[in-house]
Amino acid sequence: MILVLVETENGAASEISLETLAFARSLAAEGGGIAIRAVVVGAVEDRDALAAELGAHGAAEIHHAVGEAFTSYAGAAWAAALQAIRESTGSVVVTAAGSPRGNEVLAHLAARLDVPMAANATAFHGLAPFVVTRQVVGGAALEEMKLDQRPAVFSVAGHSWAVSPVEGASPAAWVEVTPEVAESDLVARVVATGTKEVDHSDSLKSARVVVGAGRGAGGPEGFGAVAELAELLGGAVGVSRVVTSLGWRPHHEQVGQTGSRISPDLYVPCGISGAIQHWAGCASSKTILAINTDPEAPMMTKANYAVVGDMHEVVPAIIEELKSRGVTG
Amino acid sequence: MTNVLVCIKRVPDSSGEVLLTDDQQGVDGRYVGFTVSNHESCAVELAVQTAEATGGAVTLLTVGPSEAAEQLRDTLALGCQAAVLVEAEPARLGPADVAREIAHVVREKEAAGTTYDLILLGNDAADSGDFQVGIRLAHALGRPVVNGVSTVEVADGHLTARGDGPGGEETYSLPLPAVATVLEGGVEPRYPTLRGRMAAKKVEIETRALSAEPAGANRVRLLLPPPAPSTVEVLGEGTEAATAVADLFEKLGVTR
Ligand SMILES: Cc1cc2nc3c(=O)[nH]c(=O)nc-3n(C[C@H](O)[C@H](O)[C@H](O)COP(=O)(O)OP(=O)(O)OC[C@H]3O[C@@H](n4cnc5c(N)ncnc54)[C@H](O)[C@@H]3O)c2cc1C
Ligand SMILES: Nc1ncnc2c1ncn2[C@@H]1O[C@H](COP(=O)(O)O)[C@@H](O)[C@H]1O
Repeated sequence: MILVLVETENGAASEISLETLAFARSLAAEGGGIAIRAVVVGAVEDRDALAAELGAHGAAEIHHAVGEAFTSYAGAAWAAALQAIRESTGSVVVTAAGSPRGNEVLAHLAARLDVPMAANATAFHGLAPFVVTRQVVGGAALEEMKLDQRPAVFSVAGHSWAVSPVEGASPAAWVEVTPEVAESDLVARVVATGTKEVDHSDSLKSARVVVGAGRGAGGPEGFGAVAELAELLGGAVGVSRVVTSLGWRPHHEQVGQTGSRISPDLYVPCGISGAIQHWAGCASSKTILAINTDPEAPMMTKANYAVVGDMHEVVPAIIEELKSRGVTG
Repeated sequence: MTNVLVCIKRVPDSSGEVLLTDDQQGVDGRYVGFTVSNHESCAVELAVQTAEATGGAVTLLTVGPSEAAEQLRDTLALGCQAAVLVEAEPARLGPADVAREIAHVVREKEAAGTTYDLILLGNDAADSGDFQVGIRLAHALGRPVVNGVSTVEVADGHLTARGDGPGGEETYSLPLPAVATVLEGGVEPRYPTLRGRMAAKKVEIETRALSAEPAGANRVRLLLPPPAPSTVEVLGEGTEAATAVADLFEKLGVTR
C-alpha cells in the first residue's frame, strides 16, 4: 500500500500534492495495482469535494487526522499522524510533495522510523531494488538513490509529474482517525500566522512583465535602467540570487528555486546566466527575451528571443525606442 | 547568555557549471572552489546576532574532510568563538550519519559542561539537498525543532522563530534548548572584518574522528540532466536590436 500525504489549500489539494498522486499511481501500477491511501491532516471544509477530487487522482481512501493537535501546524505532530496511519494500513511506501511541509514531515517520519528519506524524487526505476532519481544541487544534478528499507520514504519534486485526473472515478472513501500525539510533538507548533499581505513578493509573482537583472548589472547602482524598463511596461523587477547574496537588491525580488516562481507574459532577464536554480523560477514565463554579452549563456540558449550585448547599453536603447513610440508607462 | 552551535557544510560552489567526479559519487569542486550554502550563512548571521544580544558564544561544527577547516576559518572570522571538525570522507556519509555525529558531539560537550541552547542548521545542503539533517539531529537529541525559519530571537529562555508558511508568515515560540533550520532571506550575512580574520586565525579547531561506522547515503550515482534543445531567435546585437525588441513588445501587447 502507498500512503500519500496530501496538503490542501482553500479546501482543495495543492497542485504539487496532485503531482505526487500521479507519481504514486504510476508506482502503484508498476507494483501490479497497489492501493493508494491519501492522508489529510487538520480542518477540511468540504469533505465530498475533496473525496471526489482525490478519488479522481487515484486515492481509494482518505485517512483524515482530526483533533486538537492538528488545529495549528506542527511538523512532528503531522509525522505522528502519518506514522500511526502507516502502521494501521501496513503501507510499504510513504510519500508527500517535495514542498517545505512535505519534506519536513517526511524527515520527521524517517527519523522516527530510522529509515532513509529521499527528498525531491523525479522518477523511480524498478521495485527491487527500489531506486529513485532525485534532484540534488537545486536541480542542477540528479542522484539515483536506493531505498531498500520499508517503508520507502520519499518526496516528489514539483513540476516533475503531470496531473491527470481520471473521469468517472469513484470518490475516495473517508476514514476519520484521531491519532495520539505526544506533548513533546507539539512543542514546536505554529502559534501565529500572519496575513499574506506582508508578502513583498506578491507584485513580482503576479506581474505580467518582469525585467530581471543578475550579476551583469555590475553593482547596486546598475539597476536604474532595468527598473525604468519594468516601470514603462507596468511590470516588476526580478533578480538572481547572486544579486541578493551581494546585497544589491532585497531578497523578495529573487526569482528561482529559493525565491519566487514567476509566470509572466514576458520575462526579460538581463545579465543573468540562467543557472538551473534560477530557471526553476522563471521556466513558466510565456515568452523570455534574454539580454547578455555571452551568446552561449544557458539563459540565451533557453530563451525564446535573445539580444547579444551589454545590458547597460541595450536596456537604455530599448527604453529610448519605446519612448519614441509613445510608450509612457 | 545563549550558546549557539551552527552546523555548516563544505560544498562545491555550484553557482556556475556543475561538474561531477569521475566515479559519479560527488560534485567536483576542484575547479570551482568550495563554500558553505546561503542558508547556512544566514544561520551563522542569526547565531552571531543572538550571541551578541545575549552575551553568549557561537561554536561552529562541520563533519567533513580536513580541508573543511577552510570553511570553519572563513566563518569564524564573522564573529564565532570556537570550531569543531569531525573528520570524515564526505562520500561515505548519509544525512543520518551526519546527524548522529553532530548529536554525539553535542552530548559529549554537554557531559563536559557546555550546553548549546540553540542549534542552527541550514534548511538543506547546497549539494546533497537532503532536507533532513536538522530534524534527525533534533530527534536524536530529543529536542524540538522548527524548520525553514528565516529569523530567530532568544529571550528569557524562549526561542521565537518566524518563516514563510503556505498561508502567510508563521511564528513559533518554544522553550530552549531547541534546534532550528534556517532558510535564506531573513537576514543579511555580514562580511568578515580584518579584526575578525585575525581573531579567527588564533582559534584552535578541535578535530575529532567519527564516533561510529557510517551507514552511507544509499547513492547509486549522480547524473547531469540533459540540456534542453534550443529554439532561440536572436533579435540582434547591441543597441541596434532596440527596434526589433520594441516590435516584439508591441506584438506581445505588453506596451499598453
Ligand atoms: C540550492 C541552490 C539554490 C539556488 N537558488 C537560486 C535562486 O532561487 N535564484 C537564483 O537566481 N539562483 C539560485 N541559485 C544560484 C544559481 O546557481 C546561480 O549562482 C545564480 O543564479 C547566478 O546568478 P547570475 O546569473 O546573476 O550570475 P552569473 O552566473 O555570474 O551570470 C552573470 C551573467 O551576466 C552576463 N553579463 C555580465 N556582464 C554583462 C553585461 N554588462 N551585460 C549583459 N550581460 C552581462 C554574463 O555573461 C553571465 O551570463 C541557487 C543555487 C543553489 C545551489
Ligand atoms: N557534513 C555536514 N557537517 C555539518 N553540517 C551539515 C553537514 N551536512 C549537512 N549539515 C547541516 O544540515 C543542513 C541540512 O542538510 P541536508 O539535510 O543534508 O540537506 C545543512 O544546511 C547543514 O547546516
